[in-house]
Amino acid sequence: MSARVRWRKFVSAFMLTLTGICAFVAVAVLFFILGYLVFHGGSSVSWSFFTKLPAPVGETGGGMANAIVGSAKLLLIAALIGVPIGFLGAVYLAEFSGGSTAFVVRYAADLLNGVPSIVIGIFAYSLAVLPFKHFSTLAGGFALGLMMIPITLRSTEEFLRSVPNTLREGAMALGASKWQTIASVIVPAAYRGILTAILLAFARVAGETAPLLFTAFGNRFWSPGWNQPTASLPVMIYTYAIAPYDDWHRQAWAAGLVLLGLILVVNIVARAILARGVAVPRS
Amino acid sequence: MRLVTFLFAASVVLVTLLLVFELWRGSVLPRHKFGFAFFVTSVWDPIFDQFGALPFIYGTLITAGVSLLIAVPLGLGAAIFLAELAPARVSDTLEFFIDLLAAVPSVIYGLLGVFIVIPLMREYIQPALKKSLGFLPLFQGPAYGVGFLTAGVVLAIMVIPYIISVSREVLLSVPRDQREAALALGATRWESTWKVVVPYARSGIMGSIFLALARALGETMAVTMVIGNTPTISASLFSPGYSIAAVIANEFTEATGDLYLQSLIELGLVLFLLTFILNGMARLLIVLTAQRGSGMGNA
Repeated sequence: MSARVRWRKFVSAFMLTLTGICAFVAVAVLFFILGYLVFHGGSSVSWSFFTKLPAPVGETGGGMANAIVGSAKLLLIAALIGVPIGFLGAVYLAEFSGGSTAFVVRYAADLLNGVPSIVIGIFAYSLAVLPFKHFSTLAGGFALGLMMIPITLRSTEEFLRSVPNTLREGAMALGASKWQTIASVIVPAAYRGILTAILLAFARVAGETAPLLFTAFGNRFWSPGWNQPTASLPVMIYTYAIAPYDDWHRQAWAAGLVLLGLILVVNIVARAILARGVAVPRS
Repeated sequence: MRLVTFLFAASVVLVTLLLVFELWRGSVLPRHKFGFAFFVTSVWDPIFDQFGALPFIYGTLITAGVSLLIAVPLGLGAAIFLAELAPARVSDTLEFFIDLLAAVPSVIYGLLGVFIVIPLMREYIQPALKKSLGFLPLFQGPAYGVGFLTAGVVLAIMVIPYIISVSREVLLSVPRDQREAALALGATRWESTWKVVVPYARSGIMGSIFLALARALGETMAVTMVIGNTPTISASLFSPGYSIAAVIANEFTEATGDLYLQSLIELGLVLFLLTFILNGMARLLIVLTAQRGSGMGNA
């Protein structure tokens, strides 16, 4: 074997090892983040974290009960906006339309998907905060709902399209109307995928902070109803992390652990649902 | 029923148009008052109603640039490993973890940035860089911990999953014959990868990089927490800075006066246009490669 060949083999082995190290580093980051959060936040997640209001500034203790409820309310509104529009829009794209209308809708959805979250915040502010002159749960949920639309829409469409045409034709041949076909054959056939799409969209907006800063704002107390500023877990993490109090840092870690745990669990469940179903193309 | 679903689909278009319209309408004052000077002046003075966006644009571009310098080699390397070397099962498992990494919210990255990356930068990395490369203007000045470099590093960690996922897909879509032909000609495994497969997937990989760039430019929370929030233009990467998204996040609720608020909205418009162009280019490039490599399908 000539020196040249040996050199080329060496370079090959070396570079390929290097790519392996890159992959290892990338995955290691995930485990580092998880480990660090569990290590730092684990000891601070306690019963009172889930049940108590934030303590007054300067006092230690307290919890984030209001932020947890706030996040849940925000996500509920987000789902009420994002899921119907995303789902029914996708039904239109996959089953009814062809050509230029579909192109425009898809293009708009992709555009919306790429808009930085802080810009969504500005938009929601000018539409849902400015006219009413106060921050509210509704405005925050509206911002998150906007972000859910394109994610739900595009992946739901993908899953609807993956339903074989023979099913459509079979239903039609039995005399079902277009709408009966969709409601009783196509959607049930794709329901795992659709559920996955919705769960992933949920997980994605659950951690969004920037659009909430000037829509839902924040609150150190309970926020009754839907029309007042509300606390949320991501915004709490942000304000607690940049505050100068050690006890707040401790709680920020705890909140980070709870939030990340929730998001990762939803992600894993969503993918598990999909993996159990029939093979569908990945989006 | 067709009509109902159509209305829902149309509302997506409507919302998107409304978003552009609101950003445009909301920034009318500064657009008229400052014109193009908005982008090239660096005075940001709410008290005297003078608003120039240059420091923020500079900070946004520098941090995104630094993040790509770190994320592109690492992400591409990992994607090559996943697509070319790793057995399908290992590759799929690792991709699963990478997808989870992409799901981590930005505020969590910010949290880790504040309590891990900043101290690490201040105590170890920045002093070490100063010692070894301190003759470059890039690595001069006091090591605060916060600043362009730290923001770039945190952003890099955040965008790596995007580069890996998309690059892996396009690499997997390169037809098998390309690899076999190269190997049959006597190329080593690395040569076939680097000189045949990667060039074949070039435009798709570029697409993944544009996608990552768009993410990095628009990223808000993690950057806000580690960049230092001072509108400065400095050649040194150690210097604290500011980014477009960060200044909107910090000052929007405190903006008094229409001109101030609308200047912030104009910054939002700038950010929107930047990411709009980059995302469009990214999608085009990815579609181009996918069409070329359709021989193997989307494995």
